[in-house]
Amino acid sequence: MTYTTAIFYFFAAILVFAGLRVITARNPVHAALFLVLAFFTAAGLWVLLEAEFLAITLVLVYVGAVMVLFLFVVMMLDINLNKLREGFWDYLPLAGFVSVLLVIEMALILGSRHFGLDVMATPEARPADYSNTKELGRLLYTDYVYAFELAAVILLVAIVAAIALTLRRRKDSKFIDPADQVRVKRNDRLRIIKMQSEKRPGVGVQDSGEGGA
Amino acid sequence: MEGINVDWAAVQTVAWTLIKIMALVVPLMLGVAYLTYAERKIIGWMQVRIGPNRVGFLGLLQPIADGLKLLMKEIIIPSGANKSLFILGPILAIAPALAAWAVIPFTDNLVLANIDAGLLYVMAITSMGVYGVIIAGWASNSKYAFLGAMRSAAQIVSYEIAMGFALVGVLMAAQSLNLIDIVQGQSGGVQQWYIWPLFPLFMVYLIAGVAETNRAPFDVAEGESEIVAGFHVEYSGMAFAVFFLAEYANMILIAALTTIMFLGGWLSPVEFLPDGIVWWLLKTAFVLFLFLWFRATFPRYRYDQIMRLGWKVFIPITIVWIVVVGGMMQTPYGYLFH
Repeated sequence: MTYTTAIFYFFAAILVFAGLRVITARNPVHAALFLVLAFFTAAGLWVLLEAEFLAITLVLVYVGAVMVLFLFVVMMLDINLNKLREGFWDYLPLAGFVSVLLVIEMALILGSRHFGLDVMATPEARPADYSNTKELGRLLYTDYVYAFELAAVILLVAIVAAIALTLRRRKDSKFIDPADQVRVKRNDRLRIIKMQSEKRPGVGVQDSGEGGA
Repeated sequence: MEGINVDWAAVQTVAWTLIKIMALVVPLMLGVAYLTYAERKIIGWMQVRIGPNRVGFLGLLQPIADGLKLLMKEIIIPSGANKSLFILGPILAIAPALAAWAVIPFTDNLVLANIDAGLLYVMAITSMGVYGVIIAGWASNSKYAFLGAMRSAAQIVSYEIAMGFALVGVLMAAQSLNLIDIVQGQSGGVQQWYIWPLFPLFMVYLIAGVAETNRAPFDVAEGESEIVAGFHVEYSGMAFAVFFLAEYANMILIAALTTIMFLGGWLSPVEFLPDGIVWWLLKTAFVLFLFLWFRATFPRYRYDQIMRLGWKVFIPITIVWIVVVGGMMQTPYGYLFH
């Protein structure tokens, strides 16, 4: 067993364990953290495949952003796990059917002759200065530019739609517009006037009763 | 597995790498210790105080005394806290803060790992630092800690976008993700540094860096007047110190990255002086001084103002400037943007 193979099995074991714990952990926050571990380990496996751009992007996007928001939501929810588990046996036949189907689908593709080493050439190892990022960028903006742009537009529409669906302007909340606060000038709030000093009504100058209070 | 056939070359590589990691982490930790000293001294002078001056000559042993004190103290785990995650919090805070240093170059050849996608690596690793804060806040089983964690998570995720976009501008100018190449793209004197063509991005990066590290005036995650000490209110002893170390290591990291990407790294500002690590140290120290200066100068931001600044000011500025850089590169004036 070479060093990289040993590392592969180490990472693969962690990945399988973390994946199992995601669905078996009783605490949803623990489950989310195990999902983080699974993503990070998968990124490690991708580095072993010399796909460093994909690996780093996986960590950057899923671990660094998506899972943070996910955790954010899970922590604030008060999830009753026992209630969630109530329907376990009712759903089991459907879930079993779906998982068997998934396994068959994967076996059809991965296990057959289509992906064996005798059909596909072994990917050649690249030197250390080979830029994965540059190659991906070149492919995305030349050969696959239409698909890429289409995907970008669809995502943009999805973002706009999601915001439009959830945006509601509440009339009853005390909303402050920070831009207004930034724009405010002294003259809007404060008026400085020139006036004569006024004489204190009543007794003369020597009365100094204000000190005591 | 061919029996006990030890590959001595591999063992040697691992041992040598470990030595190099030690050579990086030990000075970094010393730098963190003396950054706290510098902070107390500089803010002291700005507020017309003396600062620490009792322990050792000019108070120079103060950080050592502080460290020893924190090591001796008991780590109290609150009742009702999630014990394993409570311990995991500080670890997850400091691990990314140290791991990111692996790709930071100090000179042309003084770097632990000269990887091709160095910039991406730094962005990915620093984006993991937020887990320490969130987990600490949640596992403490305390309202203040939880509020601090929530504030911090929202803030870090928001400012990370602006920071990432600022870095996109840098990689467009340098046409490389390798940090050494980025510095070498700025060679030729002070006028070649990326701070000039990318000035808006530099400002965004620096301010977003202050926000990312939860430093004043963006320190609502701690906000001692509102939520006591935020996410680490329940931590004591060395567990607290680890959070402290992570914050300062992150500060030095942001300062180093600013130096590398906008201030020419180890390059000398003038042609007749040689390049060297001295310049790197001086520039990083200057950016760190800015961090301390901000803390002594500005009052804390209000939370909604922080969100507005991140989303409605910084992100539009960076996107506009990326378009400007890309457009200018197509014109005869492209050389100004390298």
